Amino acid sequence: MSEKAIEPIHQFNIVKYFTFGNFGGNGSEGSGMEIAFTNSALFMLLTLLAASAFLILSTRGRGLVPGRMQLMAEMVYEFVANMVRSSAGTEGMRFFPFVFTLFMFILVANFFGMVPYFFTVTSHIIVTAALAVLVFLVVVIYGFMRNGAKFLKLFVPPGIPWFIIWLVVPIEIISFLSRPLSHSLRLWGNMLAGHIVLKVFGGMVVALLGAGAWGVVAILPFGMAVALTGLEFLVAALQAFVFAVLTCVYLNDAIHPGH
Amino acid sequence: MAGEAQPQVVVENGAVAQDSTAGAQAVTDTHATTEAAAGGHEAVGFPPFDASTFGSQLLWLAITFGALYVIMARVALPRIGEILEVRQDRIESDLAEADRMRQRTDQAVEAYEKELAEARQKAHGIAEQTRADNSAAADARRAEVEAELSKQVATAEARIQATKTEALKNVDAIAADTAAALVGQIAGKVSAAEAASAVKKVLEG
Repeated sequence: MSEKAIEPIHQFNIVKYFTFGNFGGNGSEGSGMEIAFTNSALFMLLTLLAASAFLILSTRGRGLVPGRMQLMAEMVYEFVANMVRSSAGTEGMRFFPFVFTLFMFILVANFFGMVPYFFTVTSHIIVTAALAVLVFLVVVIYGFMRNGAKFLKLFVPPGIPWFIIWLVVPIEIISFLSRPLSHSLRLWGNMLAGHIVLKVFGGMVVALLGAGAWGVVAILPFGMAVALTGLEFLVAALQAFVFAVLTCVYLNDAIHPGH
Repeated sequence: MAGEAQPQVVVENGAVAQDSTAGAQAVTDTHATTEAAAGGHEAVGFPPFDASTFGSQLLWLAITFGALYVIMARVALPRIGEILEVRQDRIESDLAEADRMRQRTDQAVEAYEKELAEARQKAHGIAEQTRADNSAAADARRAEVEAELSKQVATAEARIQATKTEALKNVDAIAADTAAALVGQIAGKVSAAEAASAVKKVLEG
């Protein structure tokens, strides 16, 4: 009986559907990288399909007066466009497709995670870290491409006395380098913790119901689970938004360093 | 520009992920050993730290995210942008059209009012003119009639005067005749000449 107890970590297991093979490594056991089609890959594909289908099918009519779906697509578009424009300026609009893709991918992946038995792509640190590193590299590469060495002015805030500069610059550099860390951990931590807590409360309901008279008390964790589900929907949308906003803020540094 | 930077970034990303994999591998190993030491159940460890799945996840993330980026940047976003732009243009042109119409209405109202005022002015003028004309004609007519009347009065008076004179002239003769007749009745025949001289004498005396 205790073997079948609900295990809150189980939902994050990666299940291999089929394997393509082992790449790299020296041929010994455990070396190299196994490439497989997994449940994570499946839900990434579903995210891709759902996001694309939503935006393309809803705007198929190109209605002058939008229908419901088209209106939603337009609202998401304008929401992200305003976010990019207000955080990164008009020049930041060249990264609008990038930010929009990030936002849609994370939003849809998070919402897919809210469906019972579905896998949450963003609950794996490697996914959020890859996205955060991608943003970081875009910022660094574009920052140097556009500003050259002046990009380094980012680390030297103006109007600081020379004797404090030696203190401030290392702090600025460390905070800049730790951005991908906080950027990725924030999303991952929120999704992971939310799903674990939901599972724990769900497990308590099942455990209490299986404990005879104590089953009456199950209403309490059940209520918590319901409330937390609502909260998790909020978190799913909010974290996609936060990730996109921070991306805009970081891109703004690449476009306008030194202020 | 963003489109150019994109594939480069993805390649870089792969390289970085390879690097980080080694570190995470070590983490997972220690994690797995503690798990194994702690209890008898499966040494699966914490799935997000299972580095053996990183390669697949990164590959599929690159494929799906890249595909989503291409679809968004090439198809979906330009289409929505176009829809919004067309709508914006339409709204602006409609507003301009409405403004133009309103100006035309204003102009028409202004012209109408001007014409109304003019017409009123003209009507007033005509009325005034007519009244003046009428009164002038009436005055002329009255003067004419008065002149005619006074002429007639004058003629009539002249005729009366003439008749009166004539009548008075006749009265002498009648008086002489009457006197002659009276005297003839009373004192015998009197010649007409005597009577006439007697009357004359009386009248003169």
